[in-house]
Amino acid sequence: MATLLIPTALRAFAGGQPELDLDGSTAGEVIAALALKHPEIKEHLYEESGKLRSFINVYVGDENVKKLQGLDTPVKESDSVMLVPAIAGGRKWD
Amino acid sequence: MIALSKEDLEKIRRHAEAEYPYECCGLLLGKASVNSHEVHEAEPVPNTFEDGQRKRRFEISPDEFFRAEMKARRSGKELLGFYHSHPDCPEDASEYDRLHALPVYSYLIVSVEKGVSAGIKSWVLKSDRSVFEQEEVREI
Repeated sequence: MATLLIPTALRAFAGGQPELDLDGSTAGEVIAALALKHPEIKEHLYEESGKLRSFINVYVGDENVKKLQGLDTPVKESDSVMLVPAIAGGRKWD
Repeated sequence: MIALSKEDLEKIRRHAEAEYPYECCGLLLGKASVNSHEVHEAEPVPNTFEDGQRKRRFEISPDEFFRAEMKARRSGKELLGFYHSHPDCPEDASEYDRLHALPVYSYLIVSVEKGVSAGIKSWVLKSDRSVFEQEEVREI
């Protein structure tokens, strides 16, 4: 169990909630529990292959899990897990 | 509709001009209500897109997003969206902007012509990701 913090853009697909307490012993399991509870968010988080989309980062506490054990990073009940989308853009390229 | 103070709009224009010919970027924090965003703070952040492409691209690092989201939560605000500049290009959202955007957020774009800020428009991606829709920018 951990608290998943959901950024504004994804809340509409998670019942409008800014955070949810979800079961899971790893960061990946907590996110999977979100997708199970709110299937409408699944397409925004996962590729068709079931892999987490490349523009979605995951933080446990204040660390990006890329610096830890990825989605296998263990979580405790007191931990917060945050979905962090990559933000990018730019002008027309001509 | 997105509402910003005159000071925040000026801040965004000055940032865009200071970074010219490169794209600038920043965060928009404030309060959201139905169909409107009221910005309380426009915060410049570094453009972390790879060297050599920052004249046409911007990226806000995940660490900056994380920090801003936590800051917003602590202060009872929300991360409403982002701003960036289009050097020597109109303030219309590009296809690249659309492909990398998320629904709900405001994407405010300022064009910069030869170093001087020009038009400002704001865009919101439709929830099916098909198209950006322009929203009114109101000075408060």
